[in-house]
Amino acid sequence: MAAVTETGAAHRRRAQRLTIFAMTGPAYLWLALTIFLPLSAMAYFSFLTDAPFGNKQAFLTLENYRAFFQEDFYRTLMLRSFRLGAEVTFYCFLFGFPCALVLAKTIRGRWREALFLLVILPFWSNALVRIFSWTMVLRGNGVLETLVNWILPGTGPLNLMFSYPAIIVGLVHSYIPYMILTCYLSLQAIDDSLIEAARSLGAGRLTVLRRLILPLAMPGIFAGAVLIFVPVVGSFMEPRILGGRNGTFIGTIIEDQFTAVFNWPLGAALSFIMLGIVLMILLIASPALRRMR
Amino acid sequence: MAQVAVQEVSRHFGPVKALDNVTVDFADGGFYALLGPSGSGKTTLLRMIAGFDYPDSGHIRIAGEPVEAVSVEKREIGMMFQNYALFPNMTVFDNVAFGLSVRGVAKPEIARRVGEALELVHLTGFDKRKPHQLSGGQRQRVALARAIVTRPRVLLLDEPLSALDKSLRVEMQVELKRIQRDVAITTIFVTHDQEEALTLSDRIGILNEGRLVQEGPPLDIYERPRTAFAARFLGEANLFDITPGGAGGVSLGDGTMIRINGDTGAARQVAVRPEKMLLEPLSAPAPEGDSNVIQATVQQHIFAGSSLTYLLDWRDQQLKVFVQNRTGAVIGAGETVRLSWSPRDTVVLAG
Repeated sequence: MAAVTETGAAHRRRAQRLTIFAMTGPAYLWLALTIFLPLSAMAYFSFLTDAPFGNKQAFLTLENYRAFFQEDFYRTLMLRSFRLGAEVTFYCFLFGFPCALVLAKTIRGRWREALFLLVILPFWSNALVRIFSWTMVLRGNGVLETLVNWILPGTGPLNLMFSYPAIIVGLVHSYIPYMILTCYLSLQAIDDSLIEAARSLGAGRLTVLRRLILPLAMPGIFAGAVLIFVPVVGSFMEPRILGGRNGTFIGTIIEDQFTAVFNWPLGAALSFIMLGIVLMILLIASPALRRMR
Repeated sequence: MAQVAVQEVSRHFGPVKALDNVTVDFADGGFYALLGPSGSGKTTLLRMIAGFDYPDSGHIRIAGEPVEAVSVEKREIGMMFQNYALFPNMTVFDNVAFGLSVRGVAKPEIARRVGEALELVHLTGFDKRKPHQLSGGQRQRVALARAIVTRPRVLLLDEPLSALDKSLRVEMQVELKRIQRDVAITTIFVTHDQEEALTLSDRIGILNEGRLVQEGPPLDIYERPRTAFAARFLGEANLFDITPGGAGGVSLGDGTMIRINGDTGAARQVAVRPEKMLLEPLSAPAPEGDSNVIQATVQQHIFAGSSLTYLLDWRDQQLKVFVQNRTGAVIGAGETVRLSWSPRDTVVLAG
């Protein structure tokens, strides 16, 4: 009798394993083909002297990685990119969190949907169109200048184009929906009665925010920060178009290696160094995050 | 510790009258139950006393001081929520300490008072646990400790026991009563459970559709309900339509004269509690004195060990009678029996 039930259970386990395999298999196969294989090729390239196209001879070398550590130039750029990532993430949090808080806790019903639509809009517009429309706003004699002079007559010309702030503005606009959405999800999961309980115990709004809402929203804030920080560090389109001469970052340098200089091995090596540093940062940050939960 | 006074408070949500001209006093140190079905306005009233909602008209005073301009965090109240609302990111200690640390109480003092509060609710040694590591009953105790550790002027409980299973609920009723007596904080609790209201409180206010239907000590309300709603919501009641028949007597629909104590006024209904009726076979000797007597047919009986509930048919109206299982025998369906009760137990209802 016992043996019968055991084989029954074993059979069910095997069937379950098969189902899991059948359902996840295609997705993983797809990921393997589209991400892992090209990435492996890139990893291989990064150890070559030259891109192995045509009849060119290519040898294995560590030169591309050595270049990063020997030339201050790359390290300065890398730092600059990480600073850009940190600043954009910070501004996304600064402007996105209050917005998410209001959406999750104050606004109800139809208005919430309407406001959400406004938040999501950047997602639905083409990135290039989005960035070029910013050039119309930020350039001299542009929308921003006209607006500021209309409100405060006599301010004079205002040209933010091809500057660091212009890059920040463009990137924050592109990436802020991530922060709002992730924060919104974790804020909405906070039961209103928790906030009421804190207030009934004598906590003012700021104390409630600091001791209850922020800690409970931390997973969402962190998820949003990761979603923003990682791509911003490697971004090249916004820095190039909005930053012009000031828009040199590790992302634009890597792009140059592939599209202008045709030094694929160096571009690949720089990409992997960047990936390595990002992974290291996440690794260091994750235990701190787990503690917070 | 303070007296709470609610004066002519009304609150509308659109066309819905959540509270309609409610006046009620909560005595200092008393244990007061607000009883009513859902939508009766009891929770709205509790939230107004807490400061989460404000009256459209009327006043609320705590210790004589009007609190309309006082926000929740300054009202010095303690509130326990239906789902306990423990802070999931904090330990039991930090949960209970929250109200004290917000008030800037010194660390050693916090530790001492949190220790006392946890001892009061029998949770000493649970300081380091997180809420998700506690059982329902333990969570409830933490919520209670957190609400009373700041020594609030008023303790507000929103359906405090509804999330617990039956046996735990009875246990916590006893606990809650003991703790309330120990700390002697004016306590107002909202419930839809009549048994809970009767067991715990020393005063009950029954709310229905935003109005305070009746208010008083549990025994008074049970024995002398003023309306059909009060009679049926607190306990069970057999209702009879009446036509006034002069002093000391009224006639039921079939012309049977019954006696009552006092005057009927304009009343159209009387109520008799199921346990106040004596159920006997017709063969038994007729009751002496001035008892009211009717005859009814047994429809069915519900056996519950120590007691029985009989459902009877009287002129197409269903009556209910509770009988102690003294004889070990039941009267079968279809038999006609005699029901008798004292005029004293005939409650005249207004409206």
